[in-house]
Amino acid sequence: MNDDEPGSGQLSVPKTMSVERLIGTLLRAGVGMAATCCLCGGAVYLLSTGSHPVDYGQFNGTDLRFTSPPAIFAHWLDRSGRGLIQLSALLLIATPVARVALSLVFFTARRDPAYVAISAAVLAILLASLTGSLT
Amino acid sequence: MSVLVFCLLVFVGSFAAGCLGALTGLGGGVVLVPLLTLALGVHIKYAIGASLISVIATSSGAAAAYIKEGYTNVRIGMLLESATTAGAVAGALIAAKVSDGALAVTFGVVLLVSSYLSGRRQSEERPASTKPDPLARGLGLDSTYPSPDGPQPYTVHNVGGGFTLMGVAGVLSGMLGIGSGALKVLAMDQLMRIPFKVSTTTSNFMIGVTAAASAGVYLNRGYIDPGLVMPVMLGVLSGSIVGARVLLGARTRALRLLFSAVVLFLALQMIYKGLTGAP
Repeated sequence: MNDDEPGSGQLSVPKTMSVERLIGTLLRAGVGMAATCCLCGGAVYLLSTGSHPVDYGQFNGTDLRFTSPPAIFAHWLDRSGRGLIQLSALLLIATPVARVALSLVFFTARRDPAYVAISAAVLAILLASLTGSLT
Repeated sequence: MSVLVFCLLVFVGSFAAGCLGALTGLGGGVVLVPLLTLALGVHIKYAIGASLISVIATSSGAAAAYIKEGYTNVRIGMLLESATTAGAVAGALIAAKVSDGALAVTFGVVLLVSSYLSGRRQSEERPASTKPDPLARGLGLDSTYPSPDGPQPYTVHNVGGGFTLMGVAGVLSGMLGIGSGALKVLAMDQLMRIPFKVSTTTSNFMIGVTAAASAGVYLNRGYIDPGLVMPVMLGVLSGSIVGARVLLGARTRALRLLFSAVVLFLALQMIYKGLTGAP
């Protein structure tokens, strides 16, 4: 196996960029975007709601506006900043999912049927979980 | 308690958890859940949701750094992720059926085992030599890792056993919101006979995907709350950055033992709280 070989011709990837570097960059970008988004949302949240009382001792479930990807996209500009924080959580969860999608593309380009099937199966599980079809 | 004070406390705790995680190689999840539930009175379901966020953040950040060093075996990771993600979804579904007390007790027991595994000296009791697994060759799992003397080849053993144990690691991860790194390393290092550094980096590589599989279920179920996500994500990320910078090269055995002792104490507290019924 030759994992540090540059991405093969079918991928529109610069020749010097190995798949490892690409995955590393993707993970870093995902975490960076999530953290930035979280910082902005957090600032708004603390400014708008900072003095309110809070109690997480009872489990009531999070506000339904922030519990599914479509709902989060619809309410990410919520005035309390919570929508933006939840968008950052979604970005963070999507980061490993994007990594698996990238692996799928890579194994397809390499014509490696066993690993195409494996990565497709993992991606299917992740997407089913994220869209709430398993809940 | 006001939102501001609560966020500040959670941020400080998450910062410490991220620091410890970077320092000892153990994830922050094992510290974060007891911290949130025992010290700050957070319901265990919210704590598990927040912990999953911290697990994804730290493992993705660390995996990005490790993968360039050339130890991470992407194929082994991908193959075993099919077991861990399926297990994680099952674990998240199980968690919904189990009482909060039982969840706390399970968490405590898993903490005890993790504490033992991480305190143990690495690779001292390798099982008697087994034959390389032909399945590993068929799946192209055998590879090399970098060393000062050039690439060192290694072969992978017992793929079936490792795969099964990864499924269990996935269930625990999904049920309890932890990375299950100790169990993942055990499966690869001891059962599959993969070199230790390859095992730890590949385990880290898999943790984010495993946690994402159950995080989806938890998000849809309302366990992931923005008021906790914010201080946890920012705290753990900054903690792990500081931990890796400041304490580079300080990974001594004494430190790991100290951490194991802390985890042991938290484990007993969780079990006690689970049994006495305090949520």
